[in-house]
Parts: sequence; structure tokens; C-alpha cells
Amino acid sequence: MISQFFVLSQRGDNIVFRDYRGEVAKGSAEIFFRKVKFWKEDEAEEAPPVFNVDGVNYIHVKVAGLFFVATSRVNVSPSLVLELLQRIARVTKDYLGVLNEDSLRKNFVLVYELLDEVIDFGYPQTTSTEALKSYVFNEPIVVDAGRLPPLGPAAMFMQGTKRMPGTAVTKSVVATEPGGKKREEIFVDIIEKISVTFSSSGYILTSEIDGTIQMKSYLTGNPEIRLALNEDLSIGRNGSSLYDYRSSAGGGTVILDDCNFHESVHLDSFDVDRTLTLAEVILKIRADFSPNVTANTITVQMPVPSYTMRASFELEAGATGQTTDFKEGSRRLEWNLKKIVGGAEHTLRAKLTFSQEMHGNIAKEAGPVNMNFTIPMYNASKLQVRYLQIAKKSKTYNPYRWVRYVTQANSYVARL
Amino acid sequence: MAPPVSATKSPSPSQPSGKSEVSDLKLQLRQLAGSRAPGADDAKRDLFKRVISCMTVGIDVSPAFSEMVMCSATSDVVLKKMCYLYVGNYARCNPDLALLTINFLQKDCHDQDPTIRGLALRSLCSLRVQNLVEYLVAPLVVGLKDHSSYVRTVAAIGVLKLYHISATTCHDSDFPAALKALMLSDPDAQVVANCLYSLLEIWTQEAGHSEEAAREIETLYGKPIIYYFLNRIRDFSEWAQCLLLDLVSKYIPADNNEIFDMMNLLEDRLQHANGAVVLATIKVFLHLTMSMTDVHQQVVYERIKAPLLTLVGAGSPEQSYAVLCHLHILVMRAPMLFSSDYKHFYCQFSDPSYVKKLKLEMLTAIANESNTYEIVTELCEYAGNVDVPIARESIRAVGKIALQQYDVNAIVDRLLQFLEMEKDYVTAETLVLVKDLLRKYPQWSHDCIAVVGNISSNSIQEPEAKAALIWMLGEYSQDMMDAPYVLESLVENWEEEHSPEVRLHLLTAVMKCFFKRAPETQKALGAALAAGLADSHQDVHDRALFYYRLLQYDVAVAERVVNPPKQAVSVFADTQSSEIKDRIFDEFNSLSIVYQKPSYMFTDKEHRGPFEFAEDLSNLAIGGDSGDDAIRSAQRYQENDKDLLLSTSDKEENGGPTRNGSNSSTYSAPSDINSSLSALAPSSTSHTVAFAIDDLLGLGVPDAPILPLPPALSLNSKPVLDPGTFQKKWGQLTVSSSQESTLSIQGVASLTAPQSLIRHMQNNSIQCIASGGHPPNYKFFFFAQKEGSSSFFLVECIVNTASAKAQIKIKSDDASASDAFASIFQSALSNFGSL
Repeated sequence: MISQFFVLSQRGDNIVFRDYRGEVAKGSAEIFFRKVKFWKEDEAEEAPPVFNVDGVNYIHVKVAGLFFVATSRVNVSPSLVLELLQRIARVTKDYLGVLNEDSLRKNFVLVYELLDEVIDFGYPQTTSTEALKSYVFNEPIVVDAGRLPPLGPAAMFMQGTKRMPGTAVTKSVVATEPGGKKREEIFVDIIEKISVTFSSSGYILTSEIDGTIQMKSYLTGNPEIRLALNEDLSIGRNGSSLYDYRSSAGGGTVILDDCNFHESVHLDSFDVDRTLTLAEVILKIRADFSPNVTANTITVQMPVPSYTMRASFELEAGATGQTTDFKEGSRRLEWNLKKIVGGAEHTLRAKLTFSQEMHGNIAKEAGPVNMNFTIPMYNASKLQVRYLQIAKKSKTYNPYRWVRYVTQANSYVARL
Repeated sequence: MAPPVSATKSPSPSQPSGKSEVSDLKLQLRQLAGSRAPGADDAKRDLFKRVISCMTVGIDVSPAFSEMVMCSATSDVVLKKMCYLYVGNYARCNPDLALLTINFLQKDCHDQDPTIRGLALRSLCSLRVQNLVEYLVAPLVVGLKDHSSYVRTVAAIGVLKLYHISATTCHDSDFPAALKALMLSDPDAQVVANCLYSLLEIWTQEAGHSEEAAREIETLYGKPIIYYFLNRIRDFSEWAQCLLLDLVSKYIPADNNEIFDMMNLLEDRLQHANGAVVLATIKVFLHLTMSMTDVHQQVVYERIKAPLLTLVGAGSPEQSYAVLCHLHILVMRAPMLFSSDYKHFYCQFSDPSYVKKLKLEMLTAIANESNTYEIVTELCEYAGNVDVPIARESIRAVGKIALQQYDVNAIVDRLLQFLEMEKDYVTAETLVLVKDLLRKYPQWSHDCIAVVGNISSNSIQEPEAKAALIWMLGEYSQDMMDAPYVLESLVENWEEEHSPEVRLHLLTAVMKCFFKRAPETQKALGAALAAGLADSHQDVHDRALFYYRLLQYDVAVAERVVNPPKQAVSVFADTQSSEIKDRIFDEFNSLSIVYQKPSYMFTDKEHRGPFEFAEDLSNLAIGGDSGDDAIRSAQRYQENDKDLLLSTSDKEENGGPTRNGSNSSTYSAPSDINSSLSALAPSSTSHTVAFAIDDLLGLGVPDAPILPLPPALSLNSKPVLDPGTFQKKWGQLTVSSSQESTLSIQGVASLTAPQSLIRHMQNNSIQCIASGGHPPNYKFFFFAQKEGSSSFFLVECIVNTASAKAQIKIKSDDASASDAFASIFQSALSNFGSL
């Protein structure tokens, strides 16, 4: 059972603080923050999500740059508390439209309403966005979603293409629209995170896709929704059944347990190869997919030896939308590209100045090269939604249906 | 990397002093209190919000209590809720003013709207004011029977809140029985779940001293109730399912058919999106099949593997960390079942370091003939990682795999390549590993020595690595051409060597070298012994003196002692005993798994269930009335904690931390003697060794205890109390005296192991029933009996040898005598070690 729940800003301010059982001292938020900020146990510099100080267990998740923390004195299930914290963050976002420090500060009374219903005396009650609607009376004060840090997969909605409305996911489930009437909408996201590691000779060492299908429904009256996937989809190594987890709130997830897809992963996307000549680094990217697909916000990062003093960059002639940077503190080269069209190839030459003689092999002290990117309207696994059916009798009822595919880099690494 | 703590006043929230703010709020609230003007509610809302936001950042707004209550007469729900929140927060510090709120809360409990009724009832129960409990009973009775399920869920938890304010009121009104009836009949799943939450907490708290509660708990784990829940588990919310599954995991089925029925019923829970549900289900599976080993290992592990791996990939890093911790313990228990899944445990670029660390351990565990090559190749990539702690960790992992005997040949090559990378920390870690490898595979010495010989001792700063290099120089001085000269130059720089551990190793290495190449080393040995004798560190000085006298006595004997033929180490000691591991495994799906410690090591007693406490006590040594018995079993407990007397003294002697499961100190000659001693002296006799030493030093056990000014109270010298009764009494009695006492310096010195104190207290007619702990913290449970009476004194004594302080809690059947007893106890304690 949970003793306290609180949300802290990046600077350690209490934004929300709720004490459920009165068994942990009030200063817990400060103890927590100090511990996390100056963590240096086990040689690690990052605090694990769960730790114990003087018999109090502190369990936290980081969402949108905020700490969602629960304290407990008993030997609880860590998964349960972490899942609950994540769910609280999600439900809060459903109600506020946008989840960040500003929106929480403006709506903290509403958040307290939610917290009262989600947890009672430390025991989780209900976390369904829909069920909670009858207990929340405050109107959310909508915050401008303008300059927001990306919020994980959901941030996709805010980037780029005109095919989807930018307001989609920043809409509160309870707020009334200016026009008075709510728009009937449903969003389906097929988000795939790919992890690939290339060896220095270009072979793929590991490749993996973690995919999720997320649905967000703004439909009234909870109609039954059918989502049809590829007919040739086979799931599980030994044919275990597909389990469809559908919550009435529309925040549900479909889990495809251990899916085997009809096409292997490695034919997709990028290839990074590089040559090393003394202290010159050439990074070359080739987008290995069809020209009608575009990848957005690509970041290529490469750690360089600790004795690197300066780096000068040379982009190819006529390059636009590309920036380069040498981060001295973290000893990294960064190369940002706004977008890459399929089939295109880009090169970056970086000259490094070292403070000492280079000894041995630079490859042992630099790299690996990591790449972050997002490809909207493309999914590596070729999983497809064939149709989305909403069971409602009326003929005039035709809500907006948005289906979107996104591929994201999770851990896309090439070794030197 | 973190900035020094002193210099960084953490960026505490910029808070206004709040004084003027509060008085301003008070004033404005008062103006609005009676207002019925249009728009008044909006104005109130704004004010209330300001009050609540002050409350959140920690400003004390309790002075505005009466004004808030005055404003609370409203029909606006938003206002009501804010007011409830405020009242709930401050009622406890303003019990008199809280009375003002009872009236409107009680009225709201009869509102037409079930939401208002529920809210009011919840707030009423959350006031936590002792003298208001009488107002709670009636609304709760009505609430439990309310036709709205929402109100009933609130009431079910409300009973628990009442119990925490006043347990007697709760029992007097027969609420537990009412909850039980509701639990077995209510159609709403959340009501049922809340009844179960409350009942479990109430009965668990009482089970220690009430047989009835213990019996009720037993019924909850009984077949009828378990089946009742299992059959409708899908009606419950995911959170409540976790609760039910936890309950089910304690159920013991009658036969295998029943086990399979239950597993079939629960199988689909493994595909739930909520990791907590999946883990709770896995716990049920593991516990059900505990007695059937083959099924347990094969079928269950195979079945739960895929869902776990999927969960690790999904969700936030924090969620996957929790799952990964559980996967970790499974992998550690049955590595071979995961050996083909090794690629899942490769570190990803974006993994936080706490995740990477777990993955490295798993990779180490599952390495076998078929996958070692791939795993080691991958680990070697991490060794060049920019993340230094992870790079170090990976090198250690490579070494551990090598010690597991798979493909040693290739791994030694890789390790030697690390030495060529010329990164200080890589070299340091590798040296330590090469040293361990040589102890296990002396046949590799030629290859290793060739490379190690090229390393300049000046480039190594880390004491452990330096010690390892010096050890190799001593051990293989016959194969390393310049060993005597390297050692000599190290001895010349004796003053600059800060680590006593390194200096100890240097002494031993020079000795070994001397036996093999006397003419070349003689000078260095002389210098080393002289420097050692002048050393300020006690251990270094002692060892130098010992060597000196040994050489004086007979060089041949000295060689036999310092450099005897060694047997290769076959298995390095495991850091954690299997009993502790089993106990952690029993606590699957709890924080114990994340911390890798059983719960009694990190939870306060009050927050543990009585069963866990029982386990704690019974595993702490339980002795009869015979003192020797108590000591021996106390020791057994200690062994379980991997705190064997000898290994502790080992650690102290060399100052070398035990790491990686290999006891880094056992390779030096003197501790070789020690370890052979420990082999000769099995644990049961080791305490006598300690006593012998104590006696030698004249600090030990007093032969005839001299009681300081015996107070009026005299104690029975041979009291009898069995652990069960002790535990029961401990649960029932309240603390009659709680004090802090200081130990004498001699006392602290004598307390190298709990036994010495136990023995000492025994001489003062105070018996130990259980003891345990790690230095510097020891915990003892003592008891004593008043002469010629049946009343017992029970003592919990926590000793911290670092601060020389003891915390004493005394409980007694005869509270009037407890002060007298406390002074006996105190004086006995302060006498400890003197004489």
C-alpha cells in the first residue's frame, strides 16, 4: 500500500502532494529529491526507480520531465506501484490534454480530485479514464501545447505531417470544445521501436522491433470497436492466442505476444557506414527505403576520445536543414538532420583536434555511433490495420478515424 | 561526478514566507463567508485554490481553518471537495476546530447524490482525530449498506481508517464481521476488493496476539474463499486482481489436478498488459509448482518466459526495470533455461545504467558452451564503452565467465587484449581478473605473465589492481625477469603508497620473491621489513614483525608459511547464501527482488506482517535455556548472513572488499593460513577461537562476573522462555522503558561478534533469545526473569559499534519493576569489556 504520492518538478518543487496514510514524515519529498539528484551508489550515477531510505521505499517514474513518486513502508510489489504511477500520469494527461509542469500547476485541484478517486488509504481503486469522469467536477484549464518536450510515443502527434490534426492528443477528454459540440474522433497509432546493432563490418548483430498499437477514443457512448490486422498475421512461436485487452476508456493496448512477422526486419531503413582516416571522421547516411517515405528529426551521435579538444565539420555542398555540434561536456559529436528523403545519402566530415598523441586504435575510444530518427507513415514490420469498425447503428454517425504508423529508433547503433 | 554536497543547497522550492499570504487569505475568506451573491462561488473557488496551493508547497495554512469551515456551507461540489481536502490535511492538528466540520460532513453523508455521500464519508473517515470516532460509527454502518456501490467501496476502506484511529471502536461495532459478510456477498467487485484490503490489514496486524485473527486469516487462505475469488477474478480491476493473485499464491492445493486446474484458469492472466498482474500470476505459478521440481522448472519457466521478455520490451524504462529484476532472479535460479535467449539481455544504447548492470549479470549467468563466444564478444564491445562503470562491470563479467570454465582459452586472449587498450580503468579491472584467473588456472601463467610483465606499475593507481599486480610479481617472480627490481623500486616508494592493503601485499610479495631469488631480493626485503616495522598502520607493522621473527627463527619454516605450494581454487565463494536466496525467491513480486535482500533487512518491524516477523525471529537464532545452544544457533544465523567470524576477520585484516563473489583477500599467504584454519575449524568451534583471542588480549569474558552494586531487584539465574512465548509476549506488551546507552571503548573492541556480548549478559542473568546483524549493527533480543516471580523482562537491544551506542527497548510483565531492571541492564552493558 502506498503512503504518499507526489509530483515533483525538475527543480524539486512539490507540484502535487497527497498523504494517504500519515505514516511517512512530511519531508519525504525533499529526501527523495536529494537522493535522486546526488545519487552515487554502486558506481552508478543514475538513481534506480526504486530505493529505500531509512525504511521508507521511494518508487518513481519520470514522465514529461516530472517525477511521479510514491512512498511506502511495506514490502509492496514494485511493478504494481510503477504501473500505477504510469497510469496516474496517463489518466492525468487524458484529463488535462497536455502533461507538463505548467498544466499540472494550473490544474492541481483537478489532479487532487483524480488522486482522491484513484487511491484510497493507499490502495488503488479505479484508474479508468471513463469511470473517473463521474467523479471529476473541475474543468481543465487547457494549456498551450506549443513548445513541449516530446512525451515518448505520443509526441508523434505533434511532429510534422499534415495528415493528422495537431490538436489530437493534446485534447482533454472532458473539456468542452469552443464550438460547444465535441468532435467524434478516434485515433489509432501503430508505433514501432526498432533496435538494431551493426558490427564494424556492417553486419547486423541484433535486430528487434517492439511494437504497440495505441488507441485513443473521443467517441461518445463507448461503441464497440473492431480493429482488423493483417490476415496473414501469426502470433507466437507456438501459436498462443492473441489476447485483446480493451479498456472502456480507450487507453487500451493490444499486446501481440512474441509476434513473428511475415518479413524480416533488416531490409528496412538506414545503413550507416563510416571510414576513419587519422583524425578525420566521415559519417555517411543512406536512407534505404522508398522515396515516398521521409524520416524526420534525425540525430546522429558519436562519442569521441576524451582528449578531443575541438572538432570542425564539413557538410556536403548545398546541405540544408542540417546542424552539427561538438558537445564538449559529454564528448560527443552531434549531427542533426531535419529530414531525409528515401534513397538520399548524406555525408558529414568531422576533423578532430586531439590534445595528445593518439595511441592505438581510435575505434576503441570512440563510438559507437547512435542514431535517433522517426519515420511517420511507415512501419518496419509491415503490420497493417485493414479496417476499423465502430459498431453504432445510426447511418449518419460517421466519426473521424485516424490511423497512423510511426517507426522510431529505440537503439540504433553502429559500432566502429 | 556529483557536486560536493556541502556546496549545494539543493534548489529548494522558492517559497514565500507565507505569513502575509495566509492572513490575506483569512481576511478575504471571512468577507465571502456568508455571501450569497452571484459569483461568490467563483470567488471562493479562486481563494480555495490559493489555499490548497499554499498547502501543497508546504506553507502552513491551518490558521485559516475556521474561515474555511465557514465558507464550506455550499452546494458547489468543486468547493466542497477542496474544503474536504483542506480539512483532511489539518484536522489532526486542530482537533477542536475539526469538530466544526463534523456537522456538515454528517449532513452530506445523507445527501441524495451518491457521489456526495461517498465523498463526505471518505473525508469524515480521513480526519484522523481520536475524539471524533464516535461520529464515524453511524455513518459507516449506513455506508456499508448504501445502495450505491460507490458509497460501499468508500465505507469498506473507511472501516480500515477507523481501525487505525481506534481499533477498539472498530471491534466494538463488529465491523470486521460486517466486512466479511459484505465481501462474500456484494455484487460489486471493487467493494469486495476493498473489504479484502481492510480485513487483511486488520487481521494481519492482530494475528500476532489474537488467535481469532490468526484463524480468520487462515480462512482467507482456505479453499472456499480462494475458489470464490478465482471464479470471478475477471470481474475485478487489474489492481484488485493483483491482490487476489497474491492471496491465491498463499493457498496450498490438495493435489496435482487442482494445481493444473488453477494454472489453466489463470493462464490468460499472463498476457495482461499490466506487468503487475503478470508478475502476480507468475508468483502463483511458481508457488503452486514448488513441490514438483520437473514441472516447476521446465513447463512453468517455459510458459512465463515469453510474457516476461515481452514486458521488458514494452512500457517505460522504470516498468521494464521492475520486470527485469524478476527475470534476473529467475535467470539466476535456472540459467540453462534462458541460455538461448541471451540476445535479449544485450545492452541497448538507451538503457539506463541500472538496467545495463542487471543485464550484464544475466549474461554472465547464462553463458555456457554454446553461447560463450557471442556473449564474450558482445561484452568486449562494452569494455570500450564511454560509460565507465558499465565498462568496468563488463570486464568483470568477462572474467566471471572465464571462471565458469567455458572457452577459457579465447577469453584469456581477450582479457590480455584489454591490457593493450591502455585505459587506466580497463587495465586495473583486468589485472584483478587475471589474478583471479591465475589462481584457478595456474597453467595459463606463462601467457599471462608475458603480458603482465610489460605493464608499468607506475601507471596503476587503483589499490586493488596494484595489489593484484604485486601479488603476481611475488607469485611468479621466477618467471618474470625483472620482478625483484620492480619490487625493489616499489619498496623504495613505500612512503608514497597510501593503501595499507598494497603495502601488505608488497611485504608478502617481497618475501616470496626472496625465497626464489634470494641474492637479488635481499636488499629489497631488508628495506621492506624496515619500512614495514616503521609503518604507522598496525596490520602492516605486525606483519612485518611477524615475517622478521619468522625469518630469524628459521628461513625454511618461513618459506613453508609464506610460500607453501598452492592448490588451484576450484570454486570461488558465492556472495549470498542459498538460504537468503531462497527467502528472497519466496518474496517474489515484492521489493525484496529489486533490492536483492529479504524483507526483514529493509522493513521496520511494525510494517511487517506477523508471519514475516515470526520468520524473522525463528531464523534469528532461537536457543533453549542453555547458553551454548543459543550461541551456536546465533552463529548459525550469522553464517546464513555470510558473516562467518573468520571471513569477517579476513576482510578486516586485508582491508580488501569482497567483490564479484571471489574473496579478494584469500590469495595472500597469511590469509591462506587463515582459510586453511577455517577449513580445520568448522563453524561450530570458530567462536572458541574468537574467545581464545579475546582471552589473549585480556579483553574477553570475565571469569567471575562482578555485579555493580546489585539493586533491589534480583534476577533468576536460569529462566526458561521459549521463542514462541517470547514472540507472543513481545507482540502483546507495550514498551515500558526505552533508553539509549553508551558502550565503553573496551566493550566495542570486544564486540567482534555477538557471542561475546551474549556470554557477558548471561553472566548477569540476562539470556539472549535471538541475535543477528552485520557490523557495525547488531541486534539482540534478551530476556530475564524476576527471582521468585513469573514476570519476565523482554529487551530489544540494537548496538552500533561505530558510534558505541546501544538502543534499548524494554517490555515487561511487571511494569513497576522495569526501571530497576533497566538499570541492571544498563550497568551490565556498560561493564561489558571492562575488567
